[in-house]
Amino acid sequence: MTPLTRSARALLAAPVAAMLSWAPGPAGAEVESTDPIKLTLHDWTGQLITTTMMGEVLKKAGYTVDYVQADYIAQFAGLKTGDLHVAMEIWETTGRDAMDEATATGDVENLGETGMQAIEEWWYPIYMKEQCPGLPNWEALLDEACAEAFSTAETAPYGRYLGGPVTWGGYDDERVAALELPFEVVHAGTDAALFAELESAYQRQAPIILWVYAPHWAPAKYQGEWVEFPPYSAECYADPAASINPDEAYDCGKPRGPIWKVAWAGVKDKWPGAYAAIKAFTIDNDAMGKMVTEVDLNGRTVEDVVTDWMAENEGVWSGWIK
Amino acid sequence: MSLWLVGQPFAEWAFKVPRAWRMPLQRWIGDAMDWLVQDASFGLFTFTELTRFIAAVIDVPYRIALSLLSTGWLEGQGSAAVQQLPPLSWLAVIGLAALLGLHAGGWRLAALAGGCLLFILLFGQWDNAMVTSASIAIAVPLGVAGGLLLGLAAYRWPMFEKILTPILDLMQTVPVFAYLVPILFLFGFGPTAAVVATIIYALPPMTRVAIVALKGVSDEIRDLGRMVGCSRRQMTWRVMVPSAMPGLMVGVNQVIMLSLNMVIIASMIGAGGLGFEVLAALRRLDIGTGIEAGLAIVALAIVLDRLSQAVADKQRTHEQVGQTSLIARHPYILTALALIGVTSLLGIGVEALRSFPESLQLSTGSFWADVVRWINVNFFDQLEAFKDLLLLNILIPIKRLLLDLPWAGVVGLLALAGWSLGGARLALTVGGLALLIALTGQWEKAMITVYLCGLSVVFACLIGIPIGIVAAENERVWGPVRVVIDTLQTLPSFVYLMPAVMLFRVGDFTALIAVVAYAVAPAIRYTVLGLRQVDPELIEAGRMIGCTPLQLLTKIKLKLAWPEIMLGINQTIMLALSMLVITALVGTRDLGQEVYIALTKADTGRGLVAGLAVACIAMIADRLITAAARRGLERRRGGHGPRR
Repeated sequence: MTPLTRSARALLAAPVAAMLSWAPGPAGAEVESTDPIKLTLHDWTGQLITTTMMGEVLKKAGYTVDYVQADYIAQFAGLKTGDLHVAMEIWETTGRDAMDEATATGDVENLGETGMQAIEEWWYPIYMKEQCPGLPNWEALLDEACAEAFSTAETAPYGRYLGGPVTWGGYDDERVAALELPFEVVHAGTDAALFAELESAYQRQAPIILWVYAPHWAPAKYQGEWVEFPPYSAECYADPAASINPDEAYDCGKPRGPIWKVAWAGVKDKWPGAYAAIKAFTIDNDAMGKMVTEVDLNGRTVEDVVTDWMAENEGVWSGWIK
Repeated sequence: MSLWLVGQPFAEWAFKVPRAWRMPLQRWIGDAMDWLVQDASFGLFTFTELTRFIAAVIDVPYRIALSLLSTGWLEGQGSAAVQQLPPLSWLAVIGLAALLGLHAGGWRLAALAGGCLLFILLFGQWDNAMVTSASIAIAVPLGVAGGLLLGLAAYRWPMFEKILTPILDLMQTVPVFAYLVPILFLFGFGPTAAVVATIIYALPPMTRVAIVALKGVSDEIRDLGRMVGCSRRQMTWRVMVPSAMPGLMVGVNQVIMLSLNMVIIASMIGAGGLGFEVLAALRRLDIGTGIEAGLAIVALAIVLDRLSQAVADKQRTHEQVGQTSLIARHPYILTALALIGVTSLLGIGVEALRSFPESLQLSTGSFWADVVRWINVNFFDQLEAFKDLLLLNILIPIKRLLLDLPWAGVVGLLALAGWSLGGARLALTVGGLALLIALTGQWEKAMITVYLCGLSVVFACLIGIPIGIVAAENERVWGPVRVVIDTLQTLPSFVYLMPAVMLFRVGDFTALIAVVAYAVAPAIRYTVLGLRQVDPELIEAGRMIGCTPLQLLTKIKLKLAWPEIMLGINQTIMLALSMLVITALVGTRDLGQEVYIALTKADTGRGLVAGLAVACIAMIADRLITAAARRGLERRRGGHGPRR
């Protein structure tokens, strides 16, 4: 469908000519169906890169590909009906519920891990170590002077922890209670707001402790560290008796989990070759982190970065489409 | 009141709605939606098939517009598509806009239209702007036509108007996020769903204005139509609609403005274009690009609005001139065709005409980011102190007070206010709506909403009405003020929300700033409108009896302009409520956040219930203010009588 290609193009800032030359690769490549496979694009760079990589690889195999902008969670409505076909990044940490709900209907299929691991945890800029020398150990945050260093007029004498949007879950309110941290949790409404505050504080070298996730450009742009909480375990979340506080659950860090690929259940029958290629797709955090940095901090286009990767890793992706 | 506070230990139910009383409205709506999407059927086809069919119908003109403006005519699908015919080149589009401006409004308008589009081109937003234009080009005519037809129907059958009014209220006040998910289910993913959402949001003012304008057509014109023996159809299209044209154009203006307001939200469900550019830029904190794309939306709004107004004006004057106008129009059409032909031919040879060379594009680069950074580094402490002052002394105490009020008491007070302003019916309406909020379990969030919006409206009025008074007196002030408020209303609030977060952190204060910035516009606009309509003879009379300028203002002008100012306050409240969803993005805990959460969890029932609660608040405020304004008017009319 044309507008979707369009939007993808606008997004990737590719000139018209480049777009037109993107016609399917090897002439005569036989594919099961030339109907376009619709991959969803969201609004964070890492996802744009993974999706573009997958799309370009599928094109090399002779498939027709369309990029569609869609909301991260709302896209499941489209994946169920077959309006959309492939979503390249569903994070264990934020998308699990929606994904489970969708796969339970049988209309959506989980195509396995992307190879990237999502990290989500409390994070602080490195200069805060001067005021809380005990960091990154979480016990340093128990210290009143340390907590006060993170406080604002509204939260004093408690420290102010800037959590993610309420929809991300994460159990930070529960964690603060269970570990008896002298902190107040303030929720940002979007991740744009989250990183706007970080940018602001970092410019002033002011205190801040907040929810950061990776792969993302923030840990690459700003120097800082993750807080080391007691390690996550399923029991810690489920059973109050486990981990440090015997009376409360969530007295540990957040889980780190895979980022999944999902697809409309019909992909398997309609484009079996593409289905296999999507299943085979993997990339690790480091490679992705580098590409995200190239785009967000060095100002290159997603398309350029992906083209470079394709040129350098032909052995990798050609294996996916065999 | 104090009775309620003392009564807390005895009447716990009055403070917290008992669980058993709550209506499971959320589940009902959710189930109804499931039924609609999966099972509802008209026998031959299902409801979903119907909506999908509508989507397919809308898709046809959309595709044509998109091909014309952006992609060109393509053969094949997706990445395999091959361009058969190129789209209009930027030169042709700018030329056509300028030509239309010249035709309808002379050189000044031509320069304005051309200049705005050139701005978009130079800042490298052309491709995005054309994608946005394509969806606007479909949404606006459909919104205008649909709104007009509904307005005509409501005008003809009073019964229909009675049913329609509350539906229009809902369409305007239920936050878009609340019905985004059902729309995706029904209309599928992509630009068409975005167009449908845009139409739902932008159509109500057209219908409202159409009803008022049609009712305003003078009896003489109507009688004339009847005397010359017009059929019903002729009466409608040849007499009523042309006579109501000035009013209808206000509706068209509102449809354009609201459609462009939706650009950001529409991009979240696949419309792409400028909205997506703004969103993506701010996610990587690229403030400069965000502002550039935001201003491109403003420029687009100005072009569309001014051109449509001028064309409508022109048509009206033409009708008086008569038939010669048809011939006079030909040179323009010929020039336009020539322009398209020449640029298309040139486009084959000259790459720069097909896509504007990147080397010629301008960018503010890191300028805006540097400005924000400079303010942030140098003035953060002062800003923080000011913010804390307001927050600790005004915002937080009011929030606590509102949250502590017993719901039963508030419902009672509202009903009482309704009684004293408009009698039993109003009391019943207002009290009933408030009760509905309480019984659906939204009371606490509703109170936070009232606190945030209420304070914003107070601030917006405190800022806006004085500015309006000054601007009404002084034409030199009004010019720039108008530009500023037009910009504030069309610039996506997301653009200034992120710098606000950087300077004021996440929280209520930042939300307050965003709401005030958006809602101050009607407070200014309607104050100016009201003051300017005051009869000059009355002012002269006031001067004769020796009023000082201050007395003139307070005793005569403001009193006479009161109905318009009240309408302005009403609109301020509506806009403040419509900003709720945006403020949810900076972490407020009100109904807007509830709607937003429901959207991200794709929970239709939850979103619509919270959305309905917002609509209830809006309707309570609207009904009470309308009643108060009417009473003020009656009292004033009484003042002219012989009694005094």
